[in-house]
Amino acid sequence: MKVTEKDVAYVADLANLELSAEERAGMLRDLNSILEYVDRLSELDTSNIPPMAQVSDRYGLDESKQGSERFAYANREDILEGLRKSLPHEEALANAPDADEQFFQVPKVIER
Amino acid sequence: MDLTALTIDAARSAVQERKTTALALAEAHYARIQKEDGQIGAFLTLSKERALEQADRMDRMAAEGKTLPPLGGVPVGIKDVMSTRGLRTTAGSKILEKYIPPYDCTAVARLEAAGAVVLGKMNCDEFAMGSSNENSAYGPVRNPRDLSRVPGGSSGGSAAAVAADMAVVTLGSDTGGSIRQPASFCGVVGLMPTYGRVSRYGLIAFASSLDHIGPLAKTVKDAATVLRTIAGRDPMDSTSADVAVPDYVAELDKPVRGMKIGVAKEYLGEGLDDEVRQAVESAIEKMKGLGCEIVPVSLPHTPYAIPTYYIIATAEASANLARFDGVRYGHRARGVKTLSEMYRRSRDEGFGAEVKRRIMLGTYALSAGYYDAYYLKAQKVRTLLTRDFDEAFHKVDAIVTPTSPTAPFRLGEKSNDPLAMYLADIYTVTADLAGIPGISVPCGQTKEKLPIGVQILGKHFDESTILGLAHAYEQAA
Repeated sequence: MKVTEKDVAYVADLANLELSAEERAGMLRDLNSILEYVDRLSELDTSNIPPMAQVSDRYGLDESKQGSERFAYANREDILEGLRKSLPHEEALANAPDADEQFFQVPKVIER
Repeated sequence: MDLTALTIDAARSAVQERKTTALALAEAHYARIQKEDGQIGAFLTLSKERALEQADRMDRMAAEGKTLPPLGGVPVGIKDVMSTRGLRTTAGSKILEKYIPPYDCTAVARLEAAGAVVLGKMNCDEFAMGSSNENSAYGPVRNPRDLSRVPGGSSGGSAAAVAADMAVVTLGSDTGGSIRQPASFCGVVGLMPTYGRVSRYGLIAFASSLDHIGPLAKTVKDAATVLRTIAGRDPMDSTSADVAVPDYVAELDKPVRGMKIGVAKEYLGEGLDDEVRQAVESAIEKMKGLGCEIVPVSLPHTPYAIPTYYIIATAEASANLARFDGVRYGHRARGVKTLSEMYRRSRDEGFGAEVKRRIMLGTYALSAGYYDAYYLKAQKVRTLLTRDFDEAFHKVDAIVTPTSPTAPFRLGEKSNDPLAMYLADIYTVTADLAGIPGISVPCGQTKEKLPIGVQILGKHFDESTILGLAHAYEQAA
């Protein structure tokens, strides 16, 4: 599959990257070179192979259960009292490029 | 006593027995950093206040005759992808140039609870993306064994610091080989534990199903000591395994006679440097001499590991790096008029070229119309690669391979060809994909005196076997 300039523009949009014309040209070249190499995966017959999203399912998953109960290893009981403290407000805002005492501040979200 | 030529035990005992102080140890390391790091570039941030406070705590304990914790007074370095509360953490990127985390990475907290003295944060490839530490926004790291060459990556700073005696031990991270390969290139020990053995809480995520934290050290015993301290279930990381932590140090001296060692032909084929091949074959002979039985095995899907890795890792990275948007932390572009412009320009200005390349590749692989052909396909091949190891481990206890196909290359040699750089990971990515543990130990050098490493891979949660074999080999070599 060949990547086109239109693809690069579309993907940059999805990834929220403002690429310069030079960056887009480089990206076109690099993506095509890498994807050409990656295409060899199609040599393998994987029609009956289950996908492996993560390793931890191997040693935690309870195959005998259904639905979310299979992932019990990753869960804990709901804590009603004595929950770990949240990050204090000022600490949470400390790295903000722009904030008042309450909120992170950003340029307007809704265009009129 | 040369205060910068010590292992963990030697350093800790010296402080406990009051032959020196933790303060003197820290100061000796800082003096060495001052002298050597200008040329090497291993450290990004020094944490003198934090270090001296901890050293003082340890010295007071020793003065009161109390038993020091297992890493009491030991100077350590932390790769800059691990968050340290109150101490700048950059992930090697300009986008986090001024970021000061409000919390500690669990692995760091456990080290400090064990008495370790954090000297500073180690330089690395940006967001752990790279195999040479040439992708750091703060300048490359140079190999202490030959300053014209790379230390490997992405934990280049962590490896170089240990190799140059600027820290006793460091923490690195490994997603495609980033602990083992720089360990090999710098002539030190690098351990990547089983996925889930060590909590990832506080590790700035690159690829969540592939990331691991592990130690880089001067000896296998030191690596085992650190693992014993940082391993174990963490409620803050739901992928951290609820598996008991053995005493890895006590188990080191278990005899290796009779251990079955697999040698895979796919790892000794084309593309492997002759000098590396010779060194690794010698290492295997030495293991045979220790009473191990060499068994040929096959890992037939190995040629598909790199493409599988670069789809899965970049796809996961594109999701993980979406949080860097200029809103709550990190770089925000100036003069922007809309939210959308803020996201796009902040990210474009803050991220380096390799990071952008991987985000683009990952986004493409996940996008509508391509998800099945790329991401889903790669996940299925990941199953096949993991099954190769499962099969092999029915016959053998460990698998021995080269760590890298070449000795350390020169700065600039591969940086123009991303694909050539990616192919350097050929022997390390498989372990990350399967989630199995791997360790690299020095096994010789080239004619030009460049370090070569041998890798030992093991079964899930069987770090004891690979540590034991590595230790036996290290003692015999």
